Amino acid sequence: MTEKLTVATTSLAGCFGCHMSFLDMDERLLELMTIARFDRSPLTDIKHCSERVDIGLVEGGLCNAENVHTLREFRRHCNILVAVGACAINGGLPALRNHIPLEECLREAYLDGIGVEQPGIPNDPELPLLLDQVHPIHEVVVVDYFLPGCPPSADVFWKFLTDLAAGREPSLPSPMLHYD
Amino acid sequence: MYTHLETAESPETLRRVVIDPVTRVEGHGKVTLLLDEENHVRQARLHIVEFRGFERFIQGRPYWELPVLVQRLCGICPVSHHLAAAKAIDQLVGVDQLTPTADKLRRLLHFGQMLQSHALHFFHLSSPDLLFGFASEAARRNIVAVLEAYPETGLKGVRLRKFGQEVIRMICGKRVHGTGAIAGGMNKALSREERDYLLQDVDQIIAWSGDAVSLARDLYLSDREQHDRFAYIRSSFMGLIRPDGALEFYHGGLRAKDERGQIIFDHLDYRQYTDYLHEQVKPWSYMKFPYIVSLGPERGWYRVGPLARINNCEFIPTPLAETARQAFAGYGAGNPVHGSLAFHWARMIEVLHAAEAIRELLLDADIMGTDLVTRGEKRYEGIGVIEAPRGTLFHHYCVNDEDIVTRANLIVSTTSNNTAMNESIRQVAATYLDGQTVTEGLLNHLEVAIRAYDPCLSCATHALGQMPLELELLDAEERVISRIQRGVTA
Repeated sequence: MTEKLTVATTSLAGCFGCHMSFLDMDERLLELMTIARFDRSPLTDIKHCSERVDIGLVEGGLCNAENVHTLREFRRHCNILVAVGACAINGGLPALRNHIPLEECLREAYLDGIGVEQPGIPNDPELPLLLDQVHPIHEVVVVDYFLPGCPPSADVFWKFLTDLAAGREPSLPSPMLHYD
Repeated sequence: MYTHLETAESPETLRRVVIDPVTRVEGHGKVTLLLDEENHVRQARLHIVEFRGFERFIQGRPYWELPVLVQRLCGICPVSHHLAAAKAIDQLVGVDQLTPTADKLRRLLHFGQMLQSHALHFFHLSSPDLLFGFASEAARRNIVAVLEAYPETGLKGVRLRKFGQEVIRMICGKRVHGTGAIAGGMNKALSREERDYLLQDVDQIIAWSGDAVSLARDLYLSDREQHDRFAYIRSSFMGLIRPDGALEFYHGGLRAKDERGQIIFDHLDYRQYTDYLHEQVKPWSYMKFPYIVSLGPERGWYRVGPLARINNCEFIPTPLAETARQAFAGYGAGNPVHGSLAFHWARMIEVLHAAEAIRELLLDADIMGTDLVTRGEKRYEGIGVIEAPRGTLFHHYCVNDEDIVTRANLIVSTTSNNTAMNESIRQVAATYLDGQTVTEGLLNHLEVAIRAYDPCLSCATHALGQMPLELELLDAEERVISRIQRGVTA
């Protein structure tokens, strides 16, 4: 292999657990460094993708306008886009709020909450707009692969990336396909 | 104090500079600066821009789901949320005292968590700033470059984190978001094979943890003047403490000391926290601003986490970490250490303590016991508090006759550091950026100050915020699939 794969990652409405599971490759990260180069990622200080990136891994679903903006920008720069984990694939746990009116959530946190002083709902223009429901990413952009799990295991990341690096169509044996 | 930089007068006349996203921290945050024509900083803010709604959407769920649901607040410290929720629901089933095996398994789990989270933060996220310099090339500031330039150090970091994650996996079945604690105890005993698997590496881990303390200390002392001064703010400190004054992560009373190290309150039953802590809302961040009620919102803010815990405790109950603590306390010469960068040093002392404590627990006869669950009389309210890696974590739940959650309040660790992180970036902005041409390297100085606190911004954004405008979400074929509501008025 002459050219290293470029890999970008981003975290939207998730918990960072998928990124942790990525790092759970442990010592295999050293081997990964020989076949891949990191681009934009919360694990680096590259805040926007380089012109073209081979693989983009997306953790988390969409809960606000900034998530949507980030996802669209990410999609434009990534040749292969991957939905990683329960939240990116179907909204995951944050989507539990989808059956509750947003106003009730706001009231609970900022107006009626235990020990809240100076109640008021944050409304600064610096804060991104909320979506009324949490959405999976395939509703907004085309997704090339889905890695299930909450989170997918380190072995899943390893198998997926090494398959792609070797020019193989990625495939996960059934023990790696889990949804918890 | 740098509070005068919190809100500028006539912001519309000022130039906005933004760091978005803040990187090498967990979750979503951004920093905005407002500068005048001469590049003087008029306003500096850390905004938490993410929102979830946990406190509301877990209402209506049965209480036994809580440890598994709420750990999804955070993938770095899921065990902390898992255990804080478990401690709360212990009370819902009338349990105040676990069996010795269940108690020790939970502590072992928690030490594993402390070890992996602290190692991750120091080596994977923060070490590039400390090893290469705050203004070093942005492309190098990551763990890959550390592994290339300092392979031995980088690899130790990777293996320390791995060991902590393996402790978690042995108890919870997987490394991130497993299952272990249940109401009144634990769901699985530790087998001999699992214990021996961990024991075989633990001495090496203790040795590497000692190296980590030396590294953090030496990096701090290598430029003592600069590191003392950087993001230097004075604050109160709060955390759990053991009855005898020892460092405690899992269970104890609340202790707060003021900036001179004088006691504000001590050995408080944390179930009375609402009498002592309130949270202020500010319109420009989804993260609230907690403070000690008796001191009021202006003076009552405090810091939590490793620096608070090491400053507040009288001793550490494992020998190597205690020796390291004494060196740290000696550096403070009888006063609390206030420099924000000292967080890293304190954090590695805790890594060493966790490694030593894991060894002790693995060798404890109770750890492979099979008496795992205790039961009592149903109660309607439970409050669980724990020292998460990033500081004191509060989970508070009420249930009804059907065991359904009716009320929830969470104060996550990073929230308690909200004022301190903002004060730290204001200090850095005033000290290093004021009047300067803003460069990428100078902006990273602000992020270095934030990183010292190891913030977990996903944790801190369990609440939902307002939408000041209106927006439509279109799918790939430009069809409207969601419409943002207009802002909700208070």
